[in-house]
Amino acid sequence: MCLAIPGKIVELLPERENLALVEVSGVRRKIDVGLLDDDPAKAGDWVLIHVGFAMSKISERDAADQMRILAMLGEDEAAMQEIEGYGLGDSEPRPSEPRPLGSG
Amino acid sequence: MLAVPKVRFRDAQIEMAHGAGGKASRRLVEGLFVPLLGEASGEPSAGPLGDAAHVRMNGTRLAITTDSFVVKPLRFPGGSIGELAVNGTVNDLAVSGARAETLVVTYILEAGLPTEVLEQEVRAMAAAARRAGVVIAGGDTKVVEHGKADRMYIGSCGIGRFIEGVEVSPQSVRPGDRIILSGPIGDHGITILLARGELDFEAEICSDTRPVLPLVEAMAAVAAPGIRWMRDPTRGGVATSLNELALDCGLGICLAEEQIPIHDSVRGACELLGLEPMHIANEGQFLAVVAPEFADAALAALRAAPGGQAAAMIGEVRAQPAGTVLVSTLYGGTRVIDMLVGDPLPRIC
Amino acid sequence: MRFVDEFREPELIAKATQEIRRLTDSERLYRLMEVCGGHTHAIYRFGLKDLLPPNIELIHGPGCPVCVLPMGRIDDGLSMTDDREVIFTAFGDMMRVPGTHGSPLEYKARGADVRIVYSPADALKLAQANPDRHVMFFAIGFETTAPSTALTLTRARALGIRNFSVFCNHVTIIPAIRAILDSPDMRLDAFIGPGHVSTVIGCRPYEWIARHENKPIVVSGFEPLDMLESIVMLLRQLRDGRAEVENQYKRVVPWEGNRAALKAMAEVFQLRPYFEWRGMGFISQSALRLRDSYADFDAEQRFRIPGIRVTDPKAAQCGEVLKGVLKPAQCKLFGNECTPENPVGALMVSSEGSCAAYYNYEHRKAALTGLTALTMPAQAI
Repeated sequence: MCLAIPGKIVELLPERENLALVEVSGVRRKIDVGLLDDDPAKAGDWVLIHVGFAMSKISERDAADQMRILAMLGEDEAAMQEIEGYGLGDSEPRPSEPRPLGSG
Repeated sequence: MLAVPKVRFRDAQIEMAHGAGGKASRRLVEGLFVPLLGEASGEPSAGPLGDAAHVRMNGTRLAITTDSFVVKPLRFPGGSIGELAVNGTVNDLAVSGARAETLVVTYILEAGLPTEVLEQEVRAMAAAARRAGVVIAGGDTKVVEHGKADRMYIGSCGIGRFIEGVEVSPQSVRPGDRIILSGPIGDHGITILLARGELDFEAEICSDTRPVLPLVEAMAAVAAPGIRWMRDPTRGGVATSLNELALDCGLGICLAEEQIPIHDSVRGACELLGLEPMHIANEGQFLAVVAPEFADAALAALRAAPGGQAAAMIGEVRAQPAGTVLVSTLYGGTRVIDMLVGDPLPRIC
Repeated sequence: MRFVDEFREPELIAKATQEIRRLTDSERLYRLMEVCGGHTHAIYRFGLKDLLPPNIELIHGPGCPVCVLPMGRIDDGLSMTDDREVIFTAFGDMMRVPGTHGSPLEYKARGADVRIVYSPADALKLAQANPDRHVMFFAIGFETTAPSTALTLTRARALGIRNFSVFCNHVTIIPAIRAILDSPDMRLDAFIGPGHVSTVIGCRPYEWIARHENKPIVVSGFEPLDMLESIVMLLRQLRDGRAEVENQYKRVVPWEGNRAALKAMAEVFQLRPYFEWRGMGFISQSALRLRDSYADFDAEQRFRIPGIRVTDPKAAQCGEVLKGVLKPAQCKLFGNECTPENPVGALMVSSEGSCAAYYNYEHRKAALTGLTALTMPAQAI
């Protein structure tokens, strides 16, 4: 149900409609891109591959956004600790143990 | 020991799994062959089943082993059945601490096999034998009906003398010993899987088949007293070999996942197919358990030797959990990795 | 590997686990169900449980299409090999699943032509390459996989292939989640939603879980960072008293789903009125069959199948484990009569079924640390 791997479309193949050559870490396979009809795949696109079919395009922008958010985890907390230090009173529960500021 | 050998193998028929090198194989060997053959030899079944048997002839200790090769297709990127037949046996002896000297081989040929194919394999065996420094002293040939032998099966039996100062056994393994791997895993098994063509993948992956004796000797030159155990992780992969060790020595093994060398393309193929790289067969690698005071020197010697540059220290032996192989991830999580049950199967879930 | 390694980055994983600890109220037990077998597999493969505080319990849901397939259906599929013309094709996952008279691999050992395929498209190619044989594809999987089967069938029709059929055992995820939530002894706080199913069905189908059942659900990717981030998002919802559908796996999951995939499914499949799920009983509108317009590709119509219902022994408590009521080790058969090599019930049959995963990855670790399910019910193992 769930094993799907990101791969890069190397080229669309002429021998049949909706057939593309995809590459994952140097391993190549022909896959069917027919499920991407609404936003047709082209060479250079990254797609999610499951049982020899492309399920979805991978949005590099969304991936980058996610990485940014993750990198900031803990930094909000550092900012919050500062505010709490001012004793202004807020609705956030106190962390259960002290945390170093700037956890990056 | 029981006076009457008791067969403990209960499966009603032989399945592919019994030849895959994992749990089912072990059950067959321990449950059928050892009780009947170990007892028959007059010796009580001697315990752990190593890669080679030790025999004493006129006061000289020799190692003797046999292996058989049924690979399909016969030729694949990086090698062929003929090479496997030589290297496989040389390697079984090498990891038992012995230098292969003489091989005898058996050919089981399918009627209808083109002579050219046979000749190609015999040439490959001759070349592999020269490379490995062994003599193929004789053999036997049988021809079976068309359809009965997948073109060609080869068996080979090898004999050799022990390398001075090297004595390996699971019983000598101690907590704190380090585990060394000679190079990247999974190349051979993935090559074969792709070469069969059923899965329709292409990659620049080739079999790693080679004699590992030169590497074992390089290691022995600096670390012989510290080498406790060795094995070539063929069918069933690194995980199966180390699980067997853990069971045989009653200790635990902990591996650091990120230290295990693997080529990107092999990793990609495993991810795509849902395969565990540590269960995939290797034909040109070996594992060594080395005492901590010798481990660094052993690793350095391997890395300096031709073909050993990717060698790595991949883990260590611990008292607990006994009989179990643990893998720790880069972020502190651990998981148990077991012996392979049957052949590795691609999955979609 | 791009889009894989970034999501396994140790520093970011450390941050995410720190955030999880910060968000966890030590007085509270959190019971999170990951629906999908792929998530179960990821949890064990990456040792994620070790990174979580002990009061977060991960409960493995029914999203394992191999596990929930009744043995009788496996027998039905294998009965088609009685016709020696038939090439039985299936994913590798199916090959060791036991039927009453053996697994597909065991049938192969006895001479049946059984082959593993990576894709339904490969099964179709096999049919084209072997015009004198009949290729039957044993289709399993949730909505992630069904569109590929569907598209393969539309291609088969367009090519005029006549020696190809599909034995359709596709099931749908929403009724399974509903059955879990409807169960009276269910005690779950939130859901880690199936990421790849959602690339097809989108996030809307989960809205009733948040609105009517008042449980948070985060649609999650499968890399360690994805799952940890999803847990962060769930913990934030629980802390705030919210119950919403959130999409953590934005880089591949479109909120509205994949229209082309849904269209292909609608063209080829229709819902069965009910279908039996191993360990869960009959669930209505939970599985797919081929439409009448594709009857010539329907293996169930082409072959006479025994259609015999095979029930698991009463002692097998798969249902309770599936719903999170019991831990695998608490089932009386676990580790004794029922092991991955000799599975008695659904959850041992596939390596990502709860019991098999637990047995393969955790069981012996638990022995090491002295934890047992029976003595510490509130503790994650």
